Amino acid sequence: MTTALPAAGGAADAAASPSARTARGGFGRYLLRRVLQSLVVILVVSVIVFALLHALPGGPARGVLGQQASPEQIAAFEAANGLDQPVVLQYLSFLGRTVTGDLGESYLLNQSVADAIGLRLPKTLLLTGLSLVVAVLLAVPIGVYQAVRRNRAVDYWLSALAIVAYSTPTFFLGMLLVLLLSQTAGLLPAAAPQGSGVAEVLAQPAGLVLPVLTGAVPIVATFSRYTRSATLDNLAEDYVRTARAKGTVYRRVVLRHVLRNSLTPVVAMLGYHLPVMFGGALVVEQLFNYPGMGLLFWSAAQSSDFPVLLGCVLVISVATVVGSLLADLVQALLDPRTRGGLR
Amino acid sequence: MTAGLRRFAANRLAVAGAVVLGLLVLFAVLGPLAYPTDQVTTDLASANLPPGADGHLLGTDALGYDNLGRLMVAGRVSLLVGVLAGALATIVGTVWGAVAGYVGGVVDAVMMRVVDAGIAIPAIFLLLVLSTIVRPTVGMMIVVLGLVSWLVPARLIRAEALSVRTRDYVVAARAMGATHRRTVFAHVIPNTVGTVVVNATFQVADAILLVAYISFLGMGVQPPTTDWGAMLNDGISFIYQGAWWLILPPGLAIVLVVCALNFVGDGLRDVVDVRGRAA
Repeated sequence: MTTALPAAGGAADAAASPSARTARGGFGRYLLRRVLQSLVVILVVSVIVFALLHALPGGPARGVLGQQASPEQIAAFEAANGLDQPVVLQYLSFLGRTVTGDLGESYLLNQSVADAIGLRLPKTLLLTGLSLVVAVLLAVPIGVYQAVRRNRAVDYWLSALAIVAYSTPTFFLGMLLVLLLSQTAGLLPAAAPQGSGVAEVLAQPAGLVLPVLTGAVPIVATFSRYTRSATLDNLAEDYVRTARAKGTVYRRVVLRHVLRNSLTPVVAMLGYHLPVMFGGALVVEQLFNYPGMGLLFWSAAQSSDFPVLLGCVLVISVATVVGSLLADLVQALLDPRTRGGLR
Repeated sequence: MTAGLRRFAANRLAVAGAVVLGLLVLFAVLGPLAYPTDQVTTDLASANLPPGADGHLLGTDALGYDNLGRLMVAGRVSLLVGVLAGALATIVGTVWGAVAGYVGGVVDAVMMRVVDAGIAIPAIFLLLVLSTIVRPTVGMMIVVLGLVSWLVPARLIRAEALSVRTRDYVVAARAMGATHRRTVFAHVIPNTVGTVVVNATFQVADAILLVAYISFLGMGVQPPTTDWGAMLNDGISFIYQGAWWLILPPGLAIVLVVCALNFVGDGLRDVVDVRGRAA
């Protein structure tokens, strides 16, 4: 949601273009360079998170001890936790703890941040994964259909509909679905499944329908557009003309040749799309009270539980960096035009 | 320029978007003059009225605020924060991207890794963390939103600057002794203006969405100030009583304004592309 719909492709193009250039110089070198680049980015992220921790009014000590703490208590806490040391040393020890998986203790949950996230992340991945599957199953046929019928009325209207869907805040869409399908029609429960494990959540499939649907619609809006433009690019390729000239039926050309080639960039886009999906999960989980990482983050924001907030930010950011790294690598590996230096 | 206008007018959705945008701005800015309501003191005696009751065209909310009047003043906040945050993000991103692309080398690499890191932290998460640290007033929302959303324009403008810096007029300006600062501000940035303007439109649309998300999550501007997202947050508890008038108007207002901006942006892009082809 941080990227305007039409600009999203542009940002990804910018990220993908180095792959086209450097792949010729050898995939191994490209791989090494992208991995190093990603490590640098993760380091910068850790600096930002560390800076946020220290941007709290009064610093981390005030955060832990509360607004009523006396200067003596704060001094004692700072000495006990090494907060009186030079900032660089503090950062290094923060980095060391983070790398070993120690994200600190929640102020409120009586649980380590790593445990709190570890318990909820699978449920968020389940919800997001289901939304993603539903969304791709809808978006790919819509995008291909639009490309085949390009510039006809139906293409025009589907494109406009995608912009409307993109412009609809996820929470408003969810509220509309609750109002229509749950309140008025009484078809589906408005509350998401509860429970601590993935199995318990899966045991209540009716409750999953509205959250999954709400999460899927914005992804459909974006990915039908990607699919449409990727398919259009491929329809203009020579192999389409060759296949047609050999007498292959148009439908078969589209389904067997064009679709396969258009799916690569679309699948790679999923990697760049992770931050948007996490953002969507935050809103969907809050709206439907689904016990995932988004809801954890939201409650932590309500109660200023900083270790949880910053732990979540760190996990999500690393996932985002790894996601776009994988997307770049998949593109460099699978797109024949960037494969030059592989053999 | 007239050719550009004609090109814009040919895109009917863009024209419709511009009209809707104009009407919504008028509604929010001038509406309260034609339909004055009290949006500061609560009136619990006339809370939760349905539309039409007691002269309240769109009913009242749980605190007795007139809903139509609230929609107008909320629109002022949503639009103001969206436009100013979008403008701030565009300015910061343009300068950052232009400098990175123009200077190149190590400076470029460092500046772009900062952008990569910023993009890796989803804006909505960063915004929620920041809103627990600073008090979310209107001015603070503009600054914070602007500071988390300049990254995409920075990437776009850097890509443009990379190609602009090798053009003859930039080389000529340097040869004639123009300073780097002058070259960036007088030659590089003006030649990326098409991209800047188109992106600014989408930037404002995204900022309006983001501010709605933050307010909906209860971390935005505080009462009695409100915006469309906060109105939806207030209305959600009444969804089970079928109080659609608390949900639909602010929600549709957000959809309308964001759609309109996206359509206008598409139209502007047509205009810019034409100029690019002619040059």
